[in-house]
Amino acid sequence: MVAKQSGRNRGGGGGGTAAATEVSVEELARVPLQAILLADSFATKFHPITLERPKVLLPLVNVPMIDYTLAWLESAGVEEVFVFCCAHAKQVAEHLENSQWFAQPNFSVTAIESNNAVGAGDALRLIYEQNVIRGDFVLVSGDTVSNMSLAEALGEHKERRRKDSNAIMTMVITQSKTSPTTRQSRLGTDELFMAIDPDTKQLLYYEDKSDKGTVSLDKTLLSDHPSIYLHNDKQDCYIDICSPEVLSTFADNFDYQHLRRHFLKGLLDDDIMGYKIFTHEIQSNYAARIDNFRSYDTVSKDIIQRWTYPLVPDVQFFGNSSTKLDRQGMYRASVVGQSRSAQVGPFTVIGSGTTIGSQSQISNSVVGEGCKIGANVSIEGCYIWHNVTIEDGCQLKHAIVCDGVVIKSGVILEPGVVLSYKVVVGQQFIVPAYSKVSLYQQPIKQDSDEELEYADSSTGFMDASSLSGLPDKLKEESTIQLSESQLQAASEVGSGGVGFIWSTSEGSHEEEWRHSVAPIPPAKLLEIMHTSNNELEVVQQDGNLPPSGELERDSVTANSNDYDDDDVDVKDDYEFFENEVEATFKRALEENIKEDDVILEVNSLRLSYNLATADCSGALFYSMMKSALSAPHPSPSDLVKNAATVITKWKKLLKYYLPSIDEEIEVILKFEEMCLESAKEYSTVFVQILHLLYDKDIIQEEAILNWASEKEGADETDKLFVKQAEKFIQWLNEASEEED
Amino acid sequence: MPDVHALVNDFLIKLKRRKIEGSKATAKVTAEVLRSFISQQRLPNTNQAGALIDAVKAVGEQLIAANPVELAVGNVVRRVLHIIREEDLSLTAAAIGGLSLSAGSDDEDDVGHDEHPALSAAAVAAAARSTLRPPSLQTLLEDVPHTAAVPHTSSSGGDSEGKSKSADKNSSTKRLKHNVIEAVNELIQDIVTCHEQIAEQAVEHIHQNEVILTLGSSRTVVEFLCAAKEKKRSFRVFVAEGAPRYQGHTLAKELVTRGLQTTVITDSAVFAMISRVNMVIVGAHAVMANGGVIAPVGLNMVALAAQRHAVPFVVLAGIHKLCPLYPHNPEVLLNELRSPSELLDFGEFSDCLDFGSGSGSPILHVVNPAFDYVPPNLVSLFITDTGGHNPSYMYRLIADYYSANDLVLQRRSAS
Repeated sequence: MVAKQSGRNRGGGGGGTAAATEVSVEELARVPLQAILLADSFATKFHPITLERPKVLLPLVNVPMIDYTLAWLESAGVEEVFVFCCAHAKQVAEHLENSQWFAQPNFSVTAIESNNAVGAGDALRLIYEQNVIRGDFVLVSGDTVSNMSLAEALGEHKERRRKDSNAIMTMVITQSKTSPTTRQSRLGTDELFMAIDPDTKQLLYYEDKSDKGTVSLDKTLLSDHPSIYLHNDKQDCYIDICSPEVLSTFADNFDYQHLRRHFLKGLLDDDIMGYKIFTHEIQSNYAARIDNFRSYDTVSKDIIQRWTYPLVPDVQFFGNSSTKLDRQGMYRASVVGQSRSAQVGPFTVIGSGTTIGSQSQISNSVVGEGCKIGANVSIEGCYIWHNVTIEDGCQLKHAIVCDGVVIKSGVILEPGVVLSYKVVVGQQFIVPAYSKVSLYQQPIKQDSDEELEYADSSTGFMDASSLSGLPDKLKEESTIQLSESQLQAASEVGSGGVGFIWSTSEGSHEEEWRHSVAPIPPAKLLEIMHTSNNELEVVQQDGNLPPSGELERDSVTANSNDYDDDDVDVKDDYEFFENEVEATFKRALEENIKEDDVILEVNSLRLSYNLATADCSGALFYSMMKSALSAPHPSPSDLVKNAATVITKWKKLLKYYLPSIDEEIEVILKFEEMCLESAKEYSTVFVQILHLLYDKDIIQEEAILNWASEKEGADETDKLFVKQAEKFIQWLNEASEEED
Repeated sequence: MPDVHALVNDFLIKLKRRKIEGSKATAKVTAEVLRSFISQQRLPNTNQAGALIDAVKAVGEQLIAANPVELAVGNVVRRVLHIIREEDLSLTAAAIGGLSLSAGSDDEDDVGHDEHPALSAAAVAAAARSTLRPPSLQTLLEDVPHTAAVPHTSSSGGDSEGKSKSADKNSSTKRLKHNVIEAVNELIQDIVTCHEQIAEQAVEHIHQNEVILTLGSSRTVVEFLCAAKEKKRSFRVFVAEGAPRYQGHTLAKELVTRGLQTTVITDSAVFAMISRVNMVIVGAHAVMANGGVIAPVGLNMVALAAQRHAVPFVVLAGIHKLCPLYPHNPEVLLNELRSPSELLDFGEFSDCLDFGSGSGSPILHVVNPAFDYVPPNLVSLFITDTGGHNPSYMYRLIADYYSANDLVLQRRSAS
C-alpha cells in the first residue's frame, strides 16, 4: 500500500525523474477508475410511472436517463462501472445488454442485481460483500446528468487522501441560487444549508430538511475552524468520489440507508472515526440530479439549451438517432412528417417518425419517436414520450405523457398532469391539474418511509412483465365483460378511456405544485410571497436585537425594574408576547409537546420580543392560570383543584423560568394583577393558590415575604391581597423565626 | 478484420463524443484509420478498385455522420477515394501500355477523372478533351517521358477493365493495394508536414516592421509567424483574444516565449486597431469550394474590418482543410452551437433559469456558435502547402485533389 502510494505521488508530481522500471511498476499497480451507479432511486417521486419502468430508463429528451450518466462516466475516464439494479432489475439489465455499453472498448459495465435492497445502504453493503471495488470510486445514481471532468476533483481527492487518510469522500457541489419566493431550488428540492470551511473545503454541516428555517451549528465547529461559510446557494450534485472506507462504513453501520440523511450526517456527527468529507465545487460545468418531476423539467430544458454539451440531442453521444439543430433551438430528427400549417416553436425536440397535423402548435416541448399528433392540437411545455397518439383538437399544457398513451379528440390536459403508460383518455375529457393517471390502481398508503419504487408482488400489483398484453386486453374487456374496477377505471378518464386517477394524499396535496412539471401557478406564488413578507417583518423586528444573548439579558434586566414607566411600545410588545406565550402553552397542552420544546419556543419568543426571563415566568404563569380557568369549575374549590393539576404538571417548566427571587416576586405580582383585572375568579382563592405555589416549591417563602414587605407602603387598594394573605405571611414569618 | 473494426469503432466513438479536436489531428487519424482499413480489406479478383471504393465509402459515411461538423473527415475520405481511383487508373494504363493493347477506345463516358502522370502530354490533352474536363495545371506541368501514346480506358468501377487486367491479375491485386497504401502514406505525410510547408512561405509574406493581426489561436498561424521570426524578420503581432474560448491568450503566451512583440486586444477592439495593421493572418476550420471560409467565430467581423481599411486578409489552410463542397450544399453543416457555459457561469445565472415560476419557458437564451462563414470576396489570399492562391482559384485546386464522383457521400446515407 505504501509503495503504491509513493508511486502515485511521483506520478502526480510530474514523473519526469521516475526511472522507467518504476513507471512500469506504477502502471501495474494502477487501479482503473471505478464507479458505482445506483440504478434505483429508492423513492416514489415518479409514481405512478415507476410502477412500470425503472426511473433510470425514463426518457430524458428522448434518451434514457441512465445513458446520460454512463456517457458522462465514460467520457470522464471511468473504466469500470457497476450498475446496481433493484427495482425492475431485469429491465435495466436488458437495456444495458441491448445498448452499446457492453461493447465499448476500455469501458466495462457490470450489472449487479438484487431484489431486496430497500436503500442505497443495502446496495453498497452488497457491493462491499462482492469485493469488487479496489480503489477510489465514483458514486452516482443513474439519474445524474453531468458533463464535468472528474480529473480535477479526483486529483484533489487523492492529494487530500495522501495527507490525511481520514478524508474519505469528496462531494461535488455546484452553485445554484434558490428562488427567493419559494425557497426551493431550480430542481424543486428543498433549501439546502451547508457549512464549509473556506480554506480546506471541508464539509462541516449538511441540512436539507430544515423546517423552521433555523440552522444550528455545533459551537465546537467554530472553535475548531478559523472561519466557516454557511451556504444556502449551493446545490448537491449527488456525485461523490469515495474511498473504499465508505463501503466499509456502510458495512459497519447496518442501519445506514440514505446516502445523505444517514451516511453523511452520521459521518458529520460522529467524531470517533474522525472521517472527513470535503467538497469540490464545479464552476462552469453542469451537474444535476433528477429527483422529481420539477427537476425532470428543468434538466430537460437545460439539455435543450445545451448546458450539458456534448450531451445534447444533435450530438450522437450514444445510440440516439441523428437529429439536426435548426434555428432557435429546434431539434428535429431526419424523418418528421410535419404539416405545412403546423407551427413548431423554439426549444422543441421532435423525434423521428413523428407526424404533426395541420394547424397544430408545439412549443417548449419534447416529442418522442413515432408519435401521431392530429390537427389543431396545442402542446405547450409537455414531455411526450414514444408512440403516443394525440387526436384532433387536444390541448396539452405542462404534462408528461408516457409511451403508448392515446388521447382522444378534444381532451384538455391541465398543467401538471402525468399520464402513465398506455393510458387512454376519453373524448372531450378534461384531466384536472396535477392528477396522475395510471393503469394501476393506487396502492393503499403505507406508513413506511422506505417505500420502494416498484410494485411489490406481495402488494397485489400485476408484475410489469405481465403488462405487455394488458391494454389490448383491457380494451376488449371494456366492450365484452367489464369487471367492476375496470368499469370504474374506464369512467374515471372519460368515455372509452382506460386508467385510474390517483388521488393525492392529503399531506402531499399541498406539495403537489412544488414538484410538478408545471410552473408554480401565480396564485401560489402570491401566497408564498405574502407569507414570506410576513416572515420578513418578523426578521425586521429581530433587527434591533443586540447581537449576543448575554448583552441582551443585562440590558433588559435593567429595563424590567422600571418596566411600568416604560412607554406604550414596550407595553404593547409585552401584551403581544403574553398572547404568544399563551398560544404556545395552549398548543403544548393540546399536542402534548415536551417541556424542553416549550422552553425552546418560549425562549425564542423572548428573544424576538426583547424581554427578560422575568417576563417569561410572568407570562407563562399567566397562561397556566388561564388554562386552569378555562377548564370547568363549578365552585372555587374546583378552580383551585384545576390550578393545582396544571401547576403540578408544568412545575418543571415554570421552575425553569424562576432562577431567582426576583422572578418569583414577579409571578406573585402577576397573579395579583390577574386577580384584579383579567381573572377575578381567582381573587377569592388567592391565598390558597399562593399556598399551593409555596407547597410545590415554586415560590420560596423569601419571595413571599419580600413581596409583603414591598407592599407595606402601598395604597390600601394595592394591599387588598396582602391583607388576604396576612395569616399565611404571619405563619411564614413564625416558621422562619423558629428555624433561626 | 476484427481489430480494424475495433479501430474504426473506437474512432467513431471519439468523433461522436467530440474527443478529437482540431482538423489536423482529425485528418491525420482519419487517414490512418482508412489506411489500416484498406490494408486489411480482402479484395475480389475482379473489379478490385470498385470493391475497395465501395468499402471505403461505407466506412467514410459512418465517419462523416459521426461528426458532421468536422469537415476534415469527409475531405480525407474523399482524398483516399480519389487516390484509389488514380492508382487504379495508373495500373490500368500501365497494363495497357505494357501489353501494347489497343483495347480501349475513346468512348469514355465517365467524368471527373484525373489523368495519370505516366501519359504523355499529348495523350493527356487528347483524353482530357474527350472527358470534357480541362487539363489540370499539375498534370500539364509534369513532363514525364513516356512514348506509349495510348489512349487509356479510364473507368473506375466499370467492368470494362476486367478483361484487360486479367493478364496480370495476380500482380495487380497486390499492386493496387500496395500503391494505394503508399499514396495514403504520402497523404498522411502531407498532413503532418503541412505546417512546415506553409510556414516556409512566411518570409515572402511578412515584411520588416509590419503589424500582423490575428484572432484566436491556430497552430498554423503560430508556426507561420515563428518561421518569419526565425528568418530575422522583426514585426509586431496584435492578438485578438477570441471570445469565448480565449485561445488568443495562449497564442500570445506562445508568441512571447518565442520572442515576438505581442499586443493582446479584445475582439471588440479589432475595428479600432485595424487601421494600424498591415496584414491579417488567420487560420481556418475549412475552406469551401467557392473560396469561402468556415472559421472560428468572430472572423467575419475581422474580415469586414480589414476590407473597410483595405488590409489584406490572409487565410492559412492545410490542404486537408480544402472541402470540395459548396457552403450551400445541404450536406454541409456550417455550424455547431457549443455549451453556453463557455460564456456564462452556470451557478451565477441559475436564478435566471428557474423554470418553476413564471410561464415555465426559458427567458434567457445563450447562443454560442463555434464558427463564422467568411465569404470569398473578403479573403485576399489563401496560403496552402502548395503555395498562395486566390479564392477564385480554389475550385480548381479542389479538382486536383478530389474526383467529382465522390463529392456527395452523404446523400446515399440520408436516403
